[in-house]
Amino acid sequence: MQPVGAAVPLRVDIAEKIFRSAQGVSVTALQDLSFEVRQGEFACLLGPSGCGKTTTLRILLGLDKDFSGSFQLPEGGSNRIAAVFQEPTLLPWRTVEQNVRLALPKGLRTKNLDGLFDTLGLAGMRSLYPAELSLGLARRAALARAFATEPAVLLLDEPFASLDERTAERLRHLLLTVWSARPTTALMVTHNLREALMLSDRIIVLSQRPAHVLGMFDVRLPRHYRNPQVMSDLLRSFHQKFPGVA
Amino acid sequence: MTAPDTGDRTPGVAAGISSQSGLATAAAPVLTIAVSLLGLCLLWGLAANAWPSRAFPGPGQVWQVLLAEAANGDLFCHLGATLGRVAAAYVIAMVFGSVIGVLLGSYRRADRFFSPWVILFLNIPALVVIVLAYIWFGLNEAAAIGAVAVNKIPNVVVTMREGARALDPGYAEMAAVYRFGPLDRIRHVLLPQLQPYLAAASRSGIALIWKIVLVVELLGRSNGVGFQIYLYFQLFDVAAILAYTLAFVAVMLVIELLLVQPVERHATRWRRRPA
Repeated sequence: MQPVGAAVPLRVDIAEKIFRSAQGVSVTALQDLSFEVRQGEFACLLGPSGCGKTTTLRILLGLDKDFSGSFQLPEGGSNRIAAVFQEPTLLPWRTVEQNVRLALPKGLRTKNLDGLFDTLGLAGMRSLYPAELSLGLARRAALARAFATEPAVLLLDEPFASLDERTAERLRHLLLTVWSARPTTALMVTHNLREALMLSDRIIVLSQRPAHVLGMFDVRLPRHYRNPQVMSDLLRSFHQKFPGVA
Repeated sequence: MTAPDTGDRTPGVAAGISSQSGLATAAAPVLTIAVSLLGLCLLWGLAANAWPSRAFPGPGQVWQVLLAEAANGDLFCHLGATLGRVAAAYVIAMVFGSVIGVLLGSYRRADRFFSPWVILFLNIPALVVIVLAYIWFGLNEAAAIGAVAVNKIPNVVVTMREGARALDPGYAEMAAVYRFGPLDRIRHVLLPQLQPYLAAASRSGIALIWKIVLVVELLGRSNGVGFQIYLYFQLFDVAAILAYTLAFVAVMLVIELLLVQPVERHATRWRRRPA
């Protein structure tokens, strides 16, 4: 199930993004932000909070069109984008399964989701309403919705924020399991360096506001070799390369 | 009320017991309503006995008239005519009011421009709208129903405008990212969020509409409860006036119990289950 078609990477080239408040104060959120994510690669946008990571993601999702610059999304396969937002953003009046199926294009609405629900441990929860789920389970449902659409690119906005560390860790492993089953070009926003080192092939380090790219940190090691010992080595070499970040 | 409630939810209770307590839960409110209405009738009967007058008949007399009118078929014919007008005016008012309200709630500039119009229409007396509708469009059914709807639309607009302002942009953004079609957006994202406001507008709407429908019938129709009440007013027949009024109130009560409440329960089912 490798993505098919020409390997067009995710290419971002935002010249400037300015927020203007009602009082006429303008804040430059992004300036000369440009980077690339290769086909089938899992990348993390790492930066201090408030630096414009979420703004970048909103621009890529097409939710914010008021910026100067351009970007190119991966093509081939489905051409679809999937997002996992900071909040699970499930429709409270639809069951878990309905929430997932509603996000699917008409042709896929009836597809078999047993495998996905099983992997994410949601098999018994398909007919529950989101209010009946814990936050951790709701986030799993949001992951299920994103992966069910078989997207060409997956954008994640701090999907494990406001979870306790154990739940977050379990969800990171689940994310890797479903992602490995169908490696999709993915870009995840985070301010958690450990999370970035554990999940990604490449970390894009952003500066303070206005955000631009400070540098790249490639993690070439396969994920199953990233044990605690290796992680602390990775942390050390990251800090050597980017002193003063995170 | 609480004891049968817990019986309903505890798993593993023998089927017979749980269905019995379920029945008791369903019967309790109905019983309360029946006892309460019976009490009101009793009070009315006592008062009518204490001050006997042709202008203040007791419940027995009104019941006799009701039976007679039902027997000769007049009652159902007039109730049906009024009910039809109420339904038509309700549907028109809800559809137009909701669309306008959601548009005004979503576009602030349009809202600023049209807000004075809404206030103007809110404050035009129902009677003026009815009289003008009859003068301009003639004494016909369309003018009658249209006049009632126009009276109700501003109320719906105001309620639905608040509903649209309270919409969560997060859901709309999710729907945009996952490319929901327009019908899916309305059915799965917009309407469920507006449901409490729709329910509020409906509730106050039905009550207001049927009262205005009576005025419309009184002024320019030759059937319906309003026409009958006007007729019996000229005959000074208070028992018949009360018979028609109570018959229609009963119809509205049945609609509330058998249609509005079940629909509302279905629409809010996701809220009822314990977290």
